[in-house]
Amino acid sequence: MREAELRRLLAANLLCAVSIVLTALVPALFLDGFSVLGTHLTWLCVCSVCVSVLNVTLCLILKPNPSSKRSSLSNKISRFLKCCIYFFMSCILFHAIIVLYGAPLIESVTETFLFAVLLSTFTTLQCLCLLGPNIQAWIRVFSRNGAMSIWENSLQITTMCSILGGWFGAFPIPLDWDRPWQVWPISCSLGATFGYMAGLIIAPLWIHWNRKQLTYKSR
Amino acid sequence: MGTGGVRHLAQVELWGLSLSVFPHRMQRWPVLLFLAWVCFLFFSGIGLFMSGFLLTRIELANSSSCSDPLVPPPWDKQSLPPGSCWVPQRFPKVVLVIIDALRFEFALFNPAKVNPLPYENKLSFLHHLATSQPHHARLYRFVADPPTATMQRIKGLTTGSLPTFIDVGSNFATYAIQEDNLLAQLVQNGRRVVFMGDDTWEGLFPKKFFRSYFFPSFNVKDLHTVDNGILQYLYPTVNSGEWDLLIAHFLGVDHCGHKHGPDHPEMAKKLTQMNEMLRSLVDHLGNDTLLLVAGDHGMTETGDHGGDSQREVNAALFVYSKTPLFGTDPPKEPEAIPQVNLVPTVALLLGVPIPYSNIGEVMAELFSGDSDTVSEALQQLLVYHINAKQVDRFLHSYSLVAQDLPAEQLQRLQELFSSAVEEHIQLLAQMQRAMLMSPELESKLRSLISRFQLYLRQARAVCTQSWARFHPLRMVGGCTLIAASCLLCYVASELATVSDSFYRSCLLYPLLWGLVTAVLRGLACVFTQEELDLLLLLSSAAAASLLGFFWQWWGWHPKRARLLGSQPPLASIGLRQRLRVWLGMAFPMGILLFRCGAMFSDSFVVAEAQVAPFLLASLVMLLIGKLHWDGRLTVPEGHKQPLGFSSYRKESWHLLCLVTVLLVCLRLSGFFHQCREEIPHCRPSVFLPPLASLRNTRAKNLFYLLCVALLAGLVYAVRSWLRHYGNLNSSDPVVLFVRWGFPLVVLCIACYWAVASSAEDSLGKLQELVQVAVIAFPWAVYGLASIGLLLLLCHPMTVFAKDSRESAGSIVTPYQGIPSSKVDLLQVIPQIYKRMQESEKSRLERRSCRATVAAYGLGSVYSAALVIALTLLGFLLMLLHTERLSLAFLLLFLEAFVLLHIHTRARSLAGDTEPFSVPWFAVISWLLAASQFFYSTGHQPVFPAIHWNAAFVGFHLDHSTNLLPAVLVGANTFASHILFAVGCPLLLLWPFVCEMPSSQKKKSKRESQEELQTVDEHMMEMRLRESPEKFSTALLQLGLKYLFVLGAQLLACVCAAVILRRHLMVWKVFAPKFLFESLGFVVSSICLLLGISLVMRVDCAVSAWFSRLQLR
Repeated sequence: MREAELRRLLAANLLCAVSIVLTALVPALFLDGFSVLGTHLTWLCVCSVCVSVLNVTLCLILKPNPSSKRSSLSNKISRFLKCCIYFFMSCILFHAIIVLYGAPLIESVTETFLFAVLLSTFTTLQCLCLLGPNIQAWIRVFSRNGAMSIWENSLQITTMCSILGGWFGAFPIPLDWDRPWQVWPISCSLGATFGYMAGLIIAPLWIHWNRKQLTYKSR
Repeated sequence: MGTGGVRHLAQVELWGLSLSVFPHRMQRWPVLLFLAWVCFLFFSGIGLFMSGFLLTRIELANSSSCSDPLVPPPWDKQSLPPGSCWVPQRFPKVVLVIIDALRFEFALFNPAKVNPLPYENKLSFLHHLATSQPHHARLYRFVADPPTATMQRIKGLTTGSLPTFIDVGSNFATYAIQEDNLLAQLVQNGRRVVFMGDDTWEGLFPKKFFRSYFFPSFNVKDLHTVDNGILQYLYPTVNSGEWDLLIAHFLGVDHCGHKHGPDHPEMAKKLTQMNEMLRSLVDHLGNDTLLLVAGDHGMTETGDHGGDSQREVNAALFVYSKTPLFGTDPPKEPEAIPQVNLVPTVALLLGVPIPYSNIGEVMAELFSGDSDTVSEALQQLLVYHINAKQVDRFLHSYSLVAQDLPAEQLQRLQELFSSAVEEHIQLLAQMQRAMLMSPELESKLRSLISRFQLYLRQARAVCTQSWARFHPLRMVGGCTLIAASCLLCYVASELATVSDSFYRSCLLYPLLWGLVTAVLRGLACVFTQEELDLLLLLSSAAAASLLGFFWQWWGWHPKRARLLGSQPPLASIGLRQRLRVWLGMAFPMGILLFRCGAMFSDSFVVAEAQVAPFLLASLVMLLIGKLHWDGRLTVPEGHKQPLGFSSYRKESWHLLCLVTVLLVCLRLSGFFHQCREEIPHCRPSVFLPPLASLRNTRAKNLFYLLCVALLAGLVYAVRSWLRHYGNLNSSDPVVLFVRWGFPLVVLCIACYWAVASSAEDSLGKLQELVQVAVIAFPWAVYGLASIGLLLLLCHPMTVFAKDSRESAGSIVTPYQGIPSSKVDLLQVIPQIYKRMQESEKSRLERRSCRATVAAYGLGSVYSAALVIALTLLGFLLMLLHTERLSLAFLLLFLEAFVLLHIHTRARSLAGDTEPFSVPWFAVISWLLAASQFFYSTGHQPVFPAIHWNAAFVGFHLDHSTNLLPAVLVGANTFASHILFAVGCPLLLLWPFVCEMPSSQKKKSKRESQEELQTVDEHMMEMRLRESPEKFSTALLQLGLKYLFVLGAQLLACVCAAVILRRHLMVWKVFAPKFLFESLGFVVSSICLLLGISLVMRVDCAVSAWFSRLQLR
């Protein structure tokens, strides 16, 4: 059972990672002059949309969270609306935090906001898919021994890796190398993306290695 | 809480007062001595490193004279006219007009420009001369060698040599030039030099002038004194004719740049004045006079100078004479010539020897005159020959004294030189025999000239490149000393957690070792008759005492291991605990590592203003993340909530709010940044210039009101904090000062700002009154603040004691009713200080009704003293900055307050069991905040960014000594270092001050428990006094941690300077950064010692107070 679930996790994660790689390559066939660095904002949109669509589909297919009870349509709609609001709020929150960390306040608002959207896709969206609009569950997952399934473990790892990647992505900005990828927010969004992809790959491996130590509380 | 009459807010009731309450006295002197010793170790490391790193060039004492055999054989049977020296004199008189900071663009004139900027197209007279008399006048781009500070430029302009980096520091105290120079040569040859203007020259050339008119130069706000003084004497002196070289050094343009910047109407006025001056000066000149108008350096867009950007380096030089000078028409684009070229040119034109150490090249076109091309070329060749011989002689004697010029390059230069000289002599011989045809001769002459030029330029390049002479041994020694001292700080701070009294045993032997080494070394010097190098002596003593410490520690180590070995269970717990502590340390240490690593990249040093807040924010976020990960922020499980759901505690929300405030503070503080020239698109903060420079009166008034209101707000906040903790109740002088003196200080500052920011000319008759007020108000603030600090030192107690031992029991009653009256607890929070020992308790119960003293504010007596001192220092430092930077200072106070609270909350949430040990997280964030506010008070670690104006707050005229302005400018520059270092003990004290709320909660939970225990919770800072041994160790440990973090940053700077010493940016980025960092270290460590001594002083006073109570 556990092995099978782990294999499903690995497949889902690899799919996500491949889809991100594809977002960098495929649009160049349709759009003239598309490149990750040159038309960064377009890529940010494409990447966020692709990752979110894929995540939602995977969530619906794999149903990693079986405990969600059958509920009425109106309940589902309200849940969905709540998710949307949460996602939007997390975008705003990320934007505010990025600005507080030193991003320009007035100039390049679009860039900053799209970066915030990307970060939200990598972090908040995953939480919404897996845990639903339930802040208390989120708080529980992100603490020591808080994970209750390998999906939640994977969520922990990918979220931390994305944020850490975005953080490290800020490091090359002051350097005087005059490279195109040092422009705000390219290095940060690339850092977050690489972090996310690394997290996707690390998570199954880490779970595999630590499968003896990992004991999940029953619900 | 602020309602009136809540005087009981913080009171400590005392029972059973007896001296036996305090079994030991606090160890004050050993702690201070230990810290001072550690500081000394660091200082000696810094000194040793500096002596090896900062560039020195050896000054030769030789000087040229007329009889030197440098002159080649004469050609064309010409012989030198009698009485001439090296070459025939071309001009008997030279007028050198130096307009300080005359940038090249200022002298350009472009008639096509429709809307010239204030500094453009103002010197129209120069343009008029150059176009109407192209053979008489010419404009040059005059390229200065960095550093572009006035004193270095004067040195360069008179000796023809390159001043080195360290001379920048001696700008305050100008020393006489020892090297051979133009003025010395003139005086030696009986010429008369008359000087008027900048008094820097007085110090550089004492007793060299035939006549001189000096005017004070230091007050950069004063635009007119020097210029008007010169104009008063210039024309009469020129007319009298009693001079051979007349130097007039105008300062107005430079001061205008410093005060207003180049793009200001005032600059237009100043340049127009200079234009008029030149026009009438030319009218007064005779036909035999050469006029040179030169700028010593340029200025940046903000009017500063000192670095090596294009705008600072490019000055203007204008040459004019009423007799024709040039044989050819001027080039389209003005030619660029190095500044040192002026020296040999003027020397040979005036017919005196070229100064010995000159490495400049003559401006040959000035020696052409109006004769035919061949004789012109021969004349030029002659001066080149002499010039080259002089440079060769200098290089030769220099290479005998010092080995810093690379030998193979010297060899190459030597070959170039001798071949050129040989060919010249051959050519002359051939000419004597008239074997050459004119065209052939001319081309040969031209090629020879270009070879001499090549030689001279290469020689100059070699010198420029290698006057960077390091002492690698001293540099490595300094590095090692600093690194070892860092290690010592770390080891000692770890020891402090294990043993409370290690420092006494670990101090004596190292000190003895150091002393013995110093004495031995001194004796050795005496016996070997060597010159005593104090620096080497001190650093060897430091090294010896370091060795002594580590020896002691090594010997101590096995003992401790054995001690632990005898108790195996304890050891294993210790190990696990140590592992956990180590993991907890990893995050802050990682951030510190990032910060140190950032010192090794010039881009990161340039961007440090952004790096420090980024790292601080990350550190705080990491702390929150870690607390969350450990589940400290959530309500413990099993409390009325389903499994798998967690929610935050109330305290966690407080913590999150505090973090948000901190992040907002960090972001806001970024609005006060100064710019460095390395970031071209950067705009300096609009808050930096003084209010006086604002042209919009409404904005000016608004800003003024805002600054004053916030200042008043600060005083209100400090007073209400003190009132809250009951420190404002007594009638001690300090408390009275806080009540009445603080508002008075604010009033004085507000008045000073009002007077200083009013428009200069608008007040008309009141001008004199304003002059007095501008001096008087700062002095009032200085006076009041020093009175306050003195009072604080004499009576640091802010405790109001209500002795009710006679009138029995009135205050005891509410105490007895504690469990029942929770309302009382919330509003009237009595803090009860009580002895726990059983014997005391029984005694106490017997006489509890009689012996009661209520002490208001005893629980925060240490912090109150520090807060008062910090506020006073804050006022002083705000006064030294421009008005609107007071906003940055308020942010500083707010951020420090928030940081302290975050530290306290995080500790209580993490359930820290060691209240006497300040975690690394707090120390590192405190220091990151200190360096963040270095930038946010408008500073940058470069020389042009220093706020020199601070030296004139409260002083109108020149300073008599250099000490006072240095102190004022230093206090301005290191303001945030000073405040954070003095406030450092608060990191230890704050959790004790804030312990009330949390303990209250505990109390409400276990009301049923033993009463005495809950009572014990309210001791606040008196808990520190209860275990004086631990208190002193904790202070020592805090100091050591602080010094460790400071030292690690310094070490990174030092290592960066060593490793990157041949980096392109070393003089522009790394060396200034190192200088600022080491000065900051010195200031911080001294202030840290002062802060800790203040705490100890308060402790003394508290002891005295207790014993007085005892006696009553």
